[in-house]
Amino acid sequence: MSIKKLEEKIFKGLMIGSSMLIFGVLLYILYIIIKKGLPSLSWEMISQIPSGGFYLGKEGGILNAIMGSLYLIFFSVVISLLISVPVVMYLNFTLRKKSRFSAFARLTFDVLFGIPSIVYGAFGFTVMIFFGLQASLFGGIIAVSLLIIPVMIRSIDEVAVLIPVELIEATKSLGATNYETIKVIVRQLLPGISTAVLLSVGRGIGDGATVLFTAGYTDSIPTSLAQPTATLPLAIFFQLSSPIEEVQNRAYSAALILTVIILILSFSARYFSRRFSKNKI
Amino acid sequence: MELITVPLTIEQPKSKVMNGSHSHNPHIVVENLNIYIQGNHILKDINMTIPDKSITCIIGPSGCGKTTLLRSLNRLHDDNVDVKITGKLFVDNEDIYAKGTEVTHIRKKMGLLAQRPCSLPMSIFDNVVYGPRIHGTRGRRKLYEIARHQLVAVGLWDEVKDRLKSPASTLSIGQQQRLCLARGLAVEPEIILGDEATSALDPISSKTIEELFVAIKDRYTVVLVTHTLRQAKRIADYVAFMYMGELVEFGTADQLFNHPKNQLTKEYISGGFS
Repeated sequence: MSIKKLEEKIFKGLMIGSSMLIFGVLLYILYIIIKKGLPSLSWEMISQIPSGGFYLGKEGGILNAIMGSLYLIFFSVVISLLISVPVVMYLNFTLRKKSRFSAFARLTFDVLFGIPSIVYGAFGFTVMIFFGLQASLFGGIIAVSLLIIPVMIRSIDEVAVLIPVELIEATKSLGATNYETIKVIVRQLLPGISTAVLLSVGRGIGDGATVLFTAGYTDSIPTSLAQPTATLPLAIFFQLSSPIEEVQNRAYSAALILTVIILILSFSARYFSRRFSKNKI
Repeated sequence: MELITVPLTIEQPKSKVMNGSHSHNPHIVVENLNIYIQGNHILKDINMTIPDKSITCIIGPSGCGKTTLLRSLNRLHDDNVDVKITGKLFVDNEDIYAKGTEVTHIRKKMGLLAQRPCSLPMSIFDNVVYGPRIHGTRGRRKLYEIARHQLVAVGLWDEVKDRLKSPASTLSIGQQQRLCLARGLAVEPEIILGDEATSALDPISSKTIEELFVAIKDRYTVVLVTHTLRQAKRIADYVAFMYMGELVEFGTADQLFNHPKNQLTKEYISGGFS
């Protein structure tokens, strides 16, 4: 066998091997959380808030954490979208293509992207203390937004740089105002935006460090922005650190719930983005 | 270099048969137009008068400013802070660069056909009626009539009538260019601008587009930037030859191609340089 053919074989093997490895890890994670979590998963788990003896292995559920996480990620994604889309618009369509400022801004977002979530949590905590706020849903939303805004900007930006200037000129030359042009651009950006939302939901909803200090933890479902809220990652964390085995198993079913939520959100986002972007170029 | 100043009365093309009695009035008048991009003098003292209801081709070697000139007609340089424009540009006797002239109003008068067709991210139908919609036309029947009318005008109706709802991106490049023309025509412009509108197309599609230009010129003023001399020879009524940012010669196609006054024009049209 010639060296070239051998080389080809080795690299092919390497590629297949690493793909299988990743896939294997995913399957193993799913296996573990299903095996350990499924037995203690019950309707009670997802429909009730913890009752008195919940952390001792008695009745109750983690509806507080499920709702808390959903509230948190929903508002964070909305806020982040409201900030990210205009930023991307400004970077790509108002600034000159290769302006120094846009290069600097992109570098900044990359740095922010790389900052560990616990730092955002600590930062959010400092800001909250400065303003005299307590750990609350509001604080959590702000911290999670800070965490996911760079993710969003960067992934929408990836798509925005590909938008041809001709598209803008085409709409403008039909007499469209800036506002109408932006509507067309956003339409063109939709696949990018849906990917961005997916990524940020994944990062935001599964992150415990950001919300540890900022959102706090409570056994009830928050009814206002000022109340603290439980979140799924922290529910997993607290239950897993319990010495009681039954509670530990519940941590796995919480993990299972979190995974299923992320999967549902992913698939529905994909489905909708495909429907919406069916008219894309 | 000697510049020919173009008189405001326009000579009739001799070789082309224009539906007989029709006379050409000045439609676009350019006066002392200078354009600087990042400090570079791109267009130098352009003076020309583009007659209505005819095809005017702007020819010249690459980088001579043809496209810059064409885009200035539509004020497409507006958003670019690097571009400085002096001089006057009249469309229908209205100075489009005067303060207080609304840009959307100017652009509504002109349809632009870019080098590569750029369909909007929506269905074929929505593409055609995009212009009318943003200018306030409502009602399904009305919009449908507009779409049908314009798609028939560009010869696309039979090809797309059964799939008006499918994305415009599913059309071929040639079809998309015709769609873009239909979209431009739908805002009922007076002027059609083409920036090498056929250069990205296959020969058959580009022939179709050329024929469309000829077919619509008795209703519209068509201004085309073209790289291909042969195209200009085939369809132009008037030709502007530009070189290094200056308008060297402007005249009827017959005059410019058969009896060029300027040495540079002579050389260019005989293929001396490109």
